[in-house]
Amino acid sequence: MGLEESMPSFLTGTVEDVVGWARGASIWPVTFGLACCSIEMMATGGPRFDIARIGSEVFRSSPRQADLMIVAGRLSQKMAPVLRQVYDQMSEPKWVLAMGVCASSGGMFNNYAIVQGVDHVVPVDIYLPGCPPRPEMLLGALMAIKEHAKKTPLGAHRREIAKAVEEAALAALPTSEMKGLLR
Amino acid sequence: MTRADVPFVSNLPRKGAAGRFFAPVAGFGVTMRNIFRRPKTEQYPRQKLPTEPRYHGRHQLNRHPDGLEKCIGCELCAWACPADAIYVEADSNTPEAQYSPGERYGSVYQINYLRCIFCGLCIEACPTRALTMTNDYELQGPTREGLIYEKQDLLAPLAPGMLLAPHPMVPGTTDADYYRGDVTQAVRKQIDWVRENRPDDPSLPEVHHG
Repeated sequence: MGLEESMPSFLTGTVEDVVGWARGASIWPVTFGLACCSIEMMATGGPRFDIARIGSEVFRSSPRQADLMIVAGRLSQKMAPVLRQVYDQMSEPKWVLAMGVCASSGGMFNNYAIVQGVDHVVPVDIYLPGCPPRPEMLLGALMAIKEHAKKTPLGAHRREIAKAVEEAALAALPTSEMKGLLR
Repeated sequence: MTRADVPFVSNLPRKGAAGRFFAPVAGFGVTMRNIFRRPKTEQYPRQKLPTEPRYHGRHQLNRHPDGLEKCIGCELCAWACPADAIYVEADSNTPEAQYSPGERYGSVYQINYLRCIFCGLCIEACPTRALTMTNDYELQGPTREGLIYEKQDLLAPLAPGMLLAPHPMVPGTTDADYYRGDVTQAVRKQIDWVRENRPDDPSLPEVHHG
């Protein structure tokens, strides 16, 4: 990226902590309400639960200004490319929260129209069950994202991890190759 | 004279002098009233307000008062589940490993919380009240596998007087006595059986010497 790339590693250790603290303290979600879960997401933004207490008050309508994508609701096959495009337009670092069972795994909609979990389309950091989850649950998941964001590596550390993840993904057995009982 | 020529006359009552004076700021009335009220915001991670008592939260697999499991592995919950979130495998009770009163018990019990919609149809279907719901709602996780809860994650904690299964039923009783509520706690015979077969069991009552 920039400055942190050229720093010696003992310096990036502490820079990572400071940057991680700053990132975790203000995670702005992108508006991506798809179904009933987004009603609960709006309630979380309201005065009773007040998402601003943990630094996520602004739901950005432009993905370029957002850090977190809360996929709230069932994702239809037709909407999947749109979701991927919005995710691609978000600037790094970015996180994805699959809110509700439909976004996490397809939920009770096990049919041809619904993507069986948004992790088929985008990498998901935190899965949040519930139909829909109550605002407290969303706040809890946001806290988990916050802890996750605090530990985001920078520079060389980030490249190492990205490489390891890529290799693991290439070596993983695809679901179509898995035989026998899937449990 | 056409309709358009009739001058408009409002049906609303005319405002007095004071009403006309305050009209520009009347819209702030709600704001002004709320300035002096206490905020309704819940401070979630620090202050957790209780849910309604019948809130549909995480499931729990209950036990009989002597510690035997209530689940008999009938799979009615799995049949009732609209999201196919429950997976049950039943197995036969044997004298060496008696997990529930009667013939069968649930040897594998999984609930996929990434499918479960907390509708409670499984609770209605359960013939032995083995499956109920708690008010616990704090579920989230970084992996899909981590949110498939197994039997040991769902079983109710042991209350006083209970012994960890497996152990034999109370001598001289049938499963019907258990369902009528005639069994109230683990008896001496059961404690002795567990002490003989699993001496290190943490649910055993302490031995009083002397």
